[in-house]
Amino acid sequence: MHVKNSARITKVNAKQNEISHHPMTELAKKSQASVLENLDSVRAMIKRHKRNDILFSIIGLIALMIGLLTLCTLFIDLVMDGYPRFNMDFLSNFPSRRAAKAGLLSAWVGSLLVMTVTFLTAVPMGVAAGLYLEEYAKKGWFSDLIEINVSNLAGVPSIVYGLLALGLFVYGLGLGQSILTAGLTLGLLILPIVIVSTRESIRAIPIAIREAAYAVGATKWQVVKDHVLKYSQGGILTGVIIGMARALGETAPVITIGALTFIAFLPPSPLTEAAPFINFDWLTSGFTVLPIQMFNWLSRPDHAFHINAAATGAIIIVVTLLMNGTAIYLRYQIRKNIKW
Amino acid sequence: MQTKFVQVLTVAAVLAATFNIQSASAAADKIIKIDGSSTVYPITEAVAEEYQIATKVKVTVGISGTGGGFKKFCRGETDVQNASRPILKKEMEACKEAGVQFIELPVAYDGLTVVVNKNNDFVKSLSVEELKKMWEPAAQGKVKSWKQINPAFPDTPLKLFGAGSDSGTFDYFTEAIVGKAKSSRGDYTASEDDNVVVQGVASDKGSLGYFGFAYYEENQDKLKAIPIVAKKGAPAVLPSVETVKNGTYQPLARPIFIYVNASSAAFKPEVKAFIDFYLANAPELVKEVKYIPLPANEYAAVTKHFKSLKPGTGFDGTPEIGVKIEELLARIK
Repeated sequence: MHVKNSARITKVNAKQNEISHHPMTELAKKSQASVLENLDSVRAMIKRHKRNDILFSIIGLIALMIGLLTLCTLFIDLVMDGYPRFNMDFLSNFPSRRAAKAGLLSAWVGSLLVMTVTFLTAVPMGVAAGLYLEEYAKKGWFSDLIEINVSNLAGVPSIVYGLLALGLFVYGLGLGQSILTAGLTLGLLILPIVIVSTRESIRAIPIAIREAAYAVGATKWQVVKDHVLKYSQGGILTGVIIGMARALGETAPVITIGALTFIAFLPPSPLTEAAPFINFDWLTSGFTVLPIQMFNWLSRPDHAFHINAAATGAIIIVVTLLMNGTAIYLRYQIRKNIKW
Repeated sequence: MQTKFVQVLTVAAVLAATFNIQSASAAADKIIKIDGSSTVYPITEAVAEEYQIATKVKVTVGISGTGGGFKKFCRGETDVQNASRPILKKEMEACKEAGVQFIELPVAYDGLTVVVNKNNDFVKSLSVEELKKMWEPAAQGKVKSWKQINPAFPDTPLKLFGAGSDSGTFDYFTEAIVGKAKSSRGDYTASEDDNVVVQGVASDKGSLGYFGFAYYEENQDKLKAIPIVAKKGAPAVLPSVETVKNGTYQPLARPIFIYVNASSAAFKPEVKAFIDFYLANAPELVKEVKYIPLPANEYAAVTKHFKSLKPGTGFDGTPEIGVKIEELLARIK
């Protein structure tokens, strides 16, 4: 556009040179006319560009709304179908053959415990792997290969992780169909997400920070611990929470490793009254999780169970939104405190 | 990288060993493990719920499908197996290899129901022969209109919905209609979720589908059940609690089973107590979850059979249509 514009201006200049031989009055008139004509074309151009701007913003808005409205419609539909079940009983009752009495207790406790294992395995391993790849590993074809593979792993269908876990954890290592197995499986599933987000946020730290630290004699570990990790917290946390939100909604791998459908008791409590106050029996307990409970209710013939399923769906969406909201808030808080 | 991987594996192995020890100690805590068919699931779930209230023994019920459940059952991982069809030959072999003996117990009836759209006014009844014309493998890509089934029907496009090929329902339906288990045309909408079939049939005038009786009972306002003519000259019979129970609804009425691990039944008192509880409460609970209970004399026969702890199956690994339960039990020596 710019080029075209300047071309037009040179054209006008040429015209003015041409008419400079004519008497003044005529020249003034003509040049005025040509300026006006030029102005008109500029105005038309601005108008056209503004129209394009508006056009694109409308297209963008439509694209945004398609996603957003679909989610909203879905959510509102779930809430409207499920609202009779929104009460404390729904959260504190075990599943039952009577839809109105059936609740989510074993499912949400199961989800919580599985998520705990997932968090405790995926975060240390993911952050350590990301740190190693960014800060310690030699750059070369091998680290490139690993990078490509990690990114690829993030796109592997979740059922593949389920099958892997069935062979490795359930039968290979003999962990059985337990909370531990499910937590490790989902941990593996979100590991690439954690690694990738760790690496991205480490890369965002200016090299000058590291150089400054090395310059005053810090060791590599000190640089990593006091600077790299500290400044990348926000990004890492975002990746972790987004990964956890994904793990919460995963059904296929958890079904594959053999999550139960009807379970009307809770795993042994992780905290005990007597010393040592912690026990690990819950790790080996059978379990169910929210999406499986929802899936089961949805496939029932009785419509009353479909109400339960809708309520469960709404709850899963709310929890996911809360988790993502927390991620955004924490990132904002942490970024606010970083002063390079 | 290599050493790191080895380290991770070592840690995982150590963890696994630690938890194995703990799981052994946790096994002292009594848990009855049940898995298998989604068709039998509602009944077993109801019994499990009541049994836990009554005794505080923990019961877990999973859904892996009849086939997936038998795999676990024959590895000895579960105490009880829900099955919507009798055990197959290769499953019997797997059980035998692992040294797992089982007691076969019919617990209820299910009437596979053939349904059409509510607005379909031309189908008054269908014979097994007509159903076969629709569903046999030879019909694939050829039989597309109701007119091809019966010249009296209009030229409405025929759309078929049915069970997915992993389900016991599919096995039974094909055995009863086509004459050979798992033999069906492939160009129909198959789903493991019967609600998908319900919605499909409810939204298309020319559609036909089949599923368990409970799904029809819950969706009578959207669908129409079709009376079935078993063979030429026989009356058309509509599926209902009565017609399934007294054996007039043929050939789509089927018994559904639980298989009990024989050593669990003999050596784990809580499993034996659970099965006794199951059979004693089945007449009421089966009805409550919209399935069809066996007649009282048949429950008595099943209870007696369980008391004898006689392992084995009355089917010999091949599915059969329309067999009487008392006859079935008598076959197990």
